[in-house]
Amino acid sequence: MAWFDYFRQGKQGSAKLAKERLQIVIAHERIDRNGPEYLPQLRRDIMSVIRKYVPITEEQVNVQFEKGTDYDVLELNIALPEREH
Amino acid sequence: MSRIVVVTSGKGGVGKTTTSAAFATGLALRGYKTAVIDFDVGLRNLDLIMGCERRVVYDFVNVINGEASLKQALIRDKRTENLHVLPASQTRDKDALTKEGVGKVINDLREDHFDFVVCDSPAGIERGAHMAMYFADDAIVVTNPEVSSVRDSDRILGLLQSKTQKAEQGDSVREHLLITRYSPSRVEAGEMLGMEDILEILAVPLIGVIPESQSVLQASNSGSPVILDKASDAGQAYDDFVRRFLGETVPHRFLDVEKKGFFKRLFG
Repeated sequence: MAWFDYFRQGKQGSAKLAKERLQIVIAHERIDRNGPEYLPQLRRDIMSVIRKYVPITEEQVNVQFEKGTDYDVLELNIALPEREH
Repeated sequence: MSRIVVVTSGKGGVGKTTTSAAFATGLALRGYKTAVIDFDVGLRNLDLIMGCERRVVYDFVNVINGEASLKQALIRDKRTENLHVLPASQTRDKDALTKEGVGKVINDLREDHFDFVVCDSPAGIERGAHMAMYFADDAIVVTNPEVSSVRDSDRILGLLQSKTQKAEQGDSVREHLLITRYSPSRVEAGEMLGMEDILEILAVPLIGVIPESQSVLQASNSGSPVILDKASDAGQAYDDFVRRFLGETVPHRFLDVEKKGFFKRLFG
C-alpha cells in the first residue's frame, strides 16, 4: 500500500534507539576487553560490597579504564540512590 | 609476496561466504593469482556459492593431515582464470584445524606465488574463526545494519587486535569494514542504522556498502559469485569494493534512495 506509506513518512524510527543501545553496550564490553583481566570480577565484588549497605543496580556502577603512558587509571563512578528524608 | 585476507563477522548469515566468493573472484578477474579457503569445517558452503560442489574430491583437512597434496585439493575455477578454491571438510570435527597445519598450507600457497589468499571464516568465535584470522594481514569485517551484527563485529575487532599472529608480534591486522544488506530507504525512514552510525560505533575504515539485493539470492541459487552479475547493484558494489581494496579511489554508490515521482510514491 504505497499511498499509506506516503502519509507515514517522517515518523520517528527505531534506528536512533538501536544506536544508543549499541553505544552503551559496546563501551562496556570494550572496557572489559581492554582493561586487566580481573576487571569484570572486580566490578562484581565492588557491587556486592556496596549492596551490603545500599541497594544499587548494575547500571548505577560505571567503570572506566584508561591506559596512560606512565600509569593506567581505573575510575569507578557509583550513583547512589536518592536519600530518603 | 602473498597477502592473506580474512573475511569475518562473528555473527552468522551476514554475507561472509557471499563476500569471500565475490572478493576472490574480483581479485582473480584483475589478474591476481587467488586462492579462497573455506574454514567452516563441518558446514561447508563456499563450494556451493562458487558453483564447484560437484568437483570436490579432497579438502582442507585432507591437506593438513597429509592425505592429499595442496595441488590435488585446490579446485581450479571454471569461469575465472587465476582463481582456486580450497573446500572445507564436511565430515571432520573442527579440531582438525591446527595452527601448525593451517600455517603450513598458507606457507605452501605463498611458495606457489599466490598473490592473495582469502580466508572465509565460519561464524562464531571458536577454533575455525580463530584459525581463519590468525595468519591474516588484512581483515574484511562484514556487518549488517542490525544491532546484534554490529555488536559481534566489535567483538571480532577485539580478537583481531589480540589473537592474531600480527598482534602477537606487536604489529596489527589492517581492518576494513564492509556493510552488507544495506537498505537506503529504510535508513531514510529511520528504521535502519545508517552507514555513518555504524562507522561512528565501530570506528573502522569503510571499504564498501553492498545494497540489499535480489541478485545475491539469484547468484547463490545458480552457484555464480554475484560480482559476475555486472548488471546488478550488488555486483557493481562488490566490484567497487575490490577496486578500493586494491588501492583505487572509488566513490561510494547505492547509499541514497532513488528519487520517485509523486505518483510513483503514491501508487508504485
